[in-house]
Amino acid sequence: MERDDIIEYSLDAHHSEEAGRTIRKKIYFVTVLLTIITCIEVGLGIVWKTWFPGAWGMVKWTFIALTLVKAAYIVMSFMHLGDERRNIRAIILLPYALFALYLIWIAIWESNYVNWAWETFK
Amino acid sequence: MAGEATKALSNDVLWGGGRSPFSISYGKMMMWFFLVSDALTFSGLLIAYGFVRHSTTEAWPIGDEVFRALPGLSGSYPLIYVALMTFILIISSVTMVLAVEAGHRMDKKGVIKWMFLTVIGGFFFLGSQAWEWSHFIHGGGGYITTQDGAKYWVMNDDHDTHDPVNAANFHLLIAEEGHYLMGEKVEGPEAVALWEKRVNYVDGANMTRNEYGPPQYANFFFFITGFHGFHVFSGVIINLIVLIMAIQGVFHRRGHYEMVEKAGLYWHFVDLVWVFVFTFFYLV
Repeated sequence: MERDDIIEYSLDAHHSEEAGRTIRKKIYFVTVLLTIITCIEVGLGIVWKTWFPGAWGMVKWTFIALTLVKAAYIVMSFMHLGDERRNIRAIILLPYALFALYLIWIAIWESNYVNWAWETFK
Repeated sequence: MAGEATKALSNDVLWGGGRSPFSISYGKMMMWFFLVSDALTFSGLLIAYGFVRHSTTEAWPIGDEVFRALPGLSGSYPLIYVALMTFILIISSVTMVLAVEAGHRMDKKGVIKWMFLTVIGGFFFLGSQAWEWSHFIHGGGGYITTQDGAKYWVMNDDHDTHDPVNAANFHLLIAEEGHYLMGEKVEGPEAVALWEKRVNYVDGANMTRNEYGPPQYANFFFFITGFHGFHVFSGVIINLIVLIMAIQGVFHRRGHYEMVEKAGLYWHFVDLVWVFVFTFFYLV
């Protein structure tokens, strides 16, 4: 049964040969970027981690920052979330961020306490 | 990207009914909702790992000391193999996004080519993970403990033996606290005497104990990478089905390749999870 009251959003996603070229250029740019970041991460782990005393802590935070950059490029570019409407972006990202940040906070808080309890009463 | 999402529409039109306020199809929205719940599952696993690691009073293994082998080579290559796995997954993610792009141009040949390469990349990753697991389970020689609680790494040239004392180049290392396979060398009859006095011999990894560190370390390794590997496996199956449908021309007759895009969302998500596993399990 044909229905003419349903909007086929998938048909709207079509683009021309020319637009395709621009999109592919962006895809290759993101590819190179993600590869470079992965190489930097491995390099940091092998070489710079023992550069100076206390470097390891800084390197760890660099890892986490670089991972978030990678994740942002994958979600926004490869998964096209950056091209969607702002309201769907908010509905996907905000609830997730809320739960994840709470979970991280409570896990750090509680594991500090558990560690203290084991150290004290072992 | 062109389409409904870039059109300037007032809130009254968007939320006025008769259309999707998000300007995306039902299938794509449901895939996103599923991915959010799946992302929470993986966050739960990685945060639980962080919890255990942060609360433990024992020394926790260091990723680039444990994972430093390459197939067929001896020597130390810290994290190179895992970085290679990450690279394979990123590349297969790229071929997937190129398949999606080809679909938007109704380029059937392009879709088939890139989907095929994506499936190949998925199989490569699964194969790498199988090797990684095998290597992790076999271990690097194991350790013994003696009556007085001292710990020694068992070293020899034959990694698969359970009778290391008779293997070539048998020696022990006085285990350095918090480091894997590091310490001062003990050789000859002295090493054999220590081996005879052992009260405990741990070789490789299983669910109850492992040579790397606390039991939870191997448990989290098996569960997190295993659960992710299961996702990759199902992703490869989904991609194969989409590839076959594309070859049969199902999407071409339908007039759009949105199924490739939906399968692509899942596949990119698998890549996204691996990026986090790579950081929080191997690097940090």
